[in-house]
Amino acid sequence: MKVPIEHYILLSTVLFCIGVMGVLLRRNAIILLMCVEIMLNSVNLLMAAFSTYHGDAAGQIFVFFIMVVAAAEVAVGLALIVMIYRNFKTTDINLFNKLKW
Amino acid sequence: MADLVYLIPLLPFLGFAINGLVGKRLPKPVVATIACGTVLGSFILSILCFKQVIDEGAFTAVLYDWISVGDTHIQIAFQIDQLSTMMMLIITGIGFLIHMYSDGYMHHDDGFHRFFAYLNLFIFSMLLLVMGSNYMLMFFGWEGVGLCSYLLIGFWYKNKEFGVAARKAFIMNRIGDLGLLLGIFMIFNTFGSIEYADVFKNAYAHGDSTNIICILLFVGAMGKSAQIPLYTWLPDAMAGPTPVSALIHAATMVTAGIYLVVRSNVLYIMSPNASELIMYVGLATAMIAATIGIKQNDIKKVLAYSTVSQLGYMFVALGVGAYTTAMFHLLTHAFFKALLFLGSGSVIHGMGGEQDIRKMGGLKKALPITHITFLIGTLAIAGVPFFSGFFSKDEILAMAHGHSDIVFTLLAITSVLTAIYMFRLYFLVFRGNFRGTHHQKEHLHESPMSMTIPLIVLAILATAGGFLGMPGWMSDNHILNHFLHPIVEGASHFHPSEFFEYTILSVSIVVLAVIIFAVRNYYITKSIVPESDEAESGFSKVLSHKYYIDEIYNTLFVKPIEALSVFLHKVVDNQILDGLVNGISWCVKQSANLFRLLQDGKLEWYMVGMVAGVILILVFNFFM
Repeated sequence: MKVPIEHYILLSTVLFCIGVMGVLLRRNAIILLMCVEIMLNSVNLLMAAFSTYHGDAAGQIFVFFIMVVAAAEVAVGLALIVMIYRNFKTTDINLFNKLKW
Repeated sequence: MADLVYLIPLLPFLGFAINGLVGKRLPKPVVATIACGTVLGSFILSILCFKQVIDEGAFTAVLYDWISVGDTHIQIAFQIDQLSTMMMLIITGIGFLIHMYSDGYMHHDDGFHRFFAYLNLFIFSMLLLVMGSNYMLMFFGWEGVGLCSYLLIGFWYKNKEFGVAARKAFIMNRIGDLGLLLGIFMIFNTFGSIEYADVFKNAYAHGDSTNIICILLFVGAMGKSAQIPLYTWLPDAMAGPTPVSALIHAATMVTAGIYLVVRSNVLYIMSPNASELIMYVGLATAMIAATIGIKQNDIKKVLAYSTVSQLGYMFVALGVGAYTTAMFHLLTHAFFKALLFLGSGSVIHGMGGEQDIRKMGGLKKALPITHITFLIGTLAIAGVPFFSGFFSKDEILAMAHGHSDIVFTLLAITSVLTAIYMFRLYFLVFRGNFRGTHHQKEHLHESPMSMTIPLIVLAILATAGGFLGMPGWMSDNHILNHFLHPIVEGASHFHPSEFFEYTILSVSIVVLAVIIFAVRNYYITKSIVPESDEAESGFSKVLSHKYYIDEIYNTLFVKPIEALSVFLHKVVDNQILDGLVNGISWCVKQSANLFRLLQDGKLEWYMVGMVAGVILILVFNFFM
């Protein structure tokens, strides 16, 4: 049986909102990065769902691009966090408030 | 000849170009040869022009159209007639002598090539001034000589005072130039042309506007020829090297105003009011400058005030309509005043730079040639019979007598003053005992040949020049009047009675004898030396301070303008304009101070901002 498209949309929306709330509310930089990943992947999920729905493979190919870019982004992000941890001995973002006027 | 005319101004210009561009690398004799040679070439060509004018009459040499706008064509054209050839001969002839003299006078100066470059440029400009066939070309030359005057007064530019004197001369001249320029605009507006020929041909059709034109042109002449109220630059101009004073500030440039009026005599004849004004200004200048001259103690300042006074004489002659007489005095004055200045230069040279006549005296023995020639110049300017100044000055007096008795009387008094200050100068410098330092006395020497030869030539001219215009009782043939007649055809001719001329001759002989005796008695027999400026009192203090004219000008014009400048600087620029610019940057800074509070370094807030932005975009896209 075929899962209706609405379910995919709903799931993606829920995942995206979880990601947004995580980014807004959590303080640990690693969890922040993970939440960003959740947001990205909710979009990926939606893209793949629409791709099937329309019978067009372009959407699924795009998902791979996004995953590659996300992997690169995470690599840079984690590297940054490692450097920050070495300096501050913490990954609590509320302590990273030196980057201001 | 007409196709060679362009060479006359071109040669000095070439001299200027060569000496100005590469003169620094040339040896001094080469520089001097180029400078003198080009002027000599112009002089020879001027003589040829002169001959052609005598034989065949005036002619115009058109080179090309300079400016063509609509129907207006302004040409580079040289008008070679009696007036311009006479001026050309004076400029190139005396110019050549002074170039020669400068070779000796400036020999030890570092700016040797620069000096000759400027002198040649001056000759070029002055020739353009007198040769141009329209007011535009004349104005070009007029500005050129003003520039050269500025450059040469400030020749020793390392001395700050000399630079100030140069600026003063330039600014005073600019004031006059504005009048001249307005006059030329008026001429163009009235006549539709600035060619001399067109203007003078149509002058009678526009008789009513000539008055204002003439007055404006005269304002220009006031500046250049140092008349009240613009005369104060000329005494200060003595800061320049002495040959410059002789060439520019005595013989040629300062007579440009006379030339301008004589050239425009057709207009002046039709405007008696302007002529009247010229006469009174000339008279006042002649008197005031002569009285100041009596109290000056700088050898060149005495001569400078004397020049101002003699120019006043010429303007009186112009004012009473005696144009040829003014030209006659211009000619003789060029001879004897150049002679006197060069003589004073020779004295200064011998005294090692000393200019104060109180520290001279008894120079007769040490500088015999200078002494004799200076004496001849003194006799000529004082109007001793049969020296050149006698003829021209008595002619002016006679013409003034024909006009009004008061003018005549005041002029006669002025000529008495002239004799007094000149003999005072002569006796203080050349007679009596030496009053300088011991060092100066040991180094007293006659100047080299290159300086004395021009003195001798000028002395001969200053003696014989007067016979060009012998009065009626000596000869019926007034050569100069006859020669210049085509230029001043419209002018009325006044012939003084023989009785008057004999009277003035005998009276002047007696008066001069008395003056010479009295001055000699005062300065030599009693050996009185003029007091220092501080010791003067009463009216003589006023005189030695030149009637405080400089101070008055300072208070009336310089101070208010300076105050205005300070106001514009301190208030308008510093407060208003800067305030505007600073105010804008202050606003930007304050708003930036406000907005930077948004960047508080808390990541959550940035995230909230981003999310809020995304939501806003969505809301706008779907619901608006």
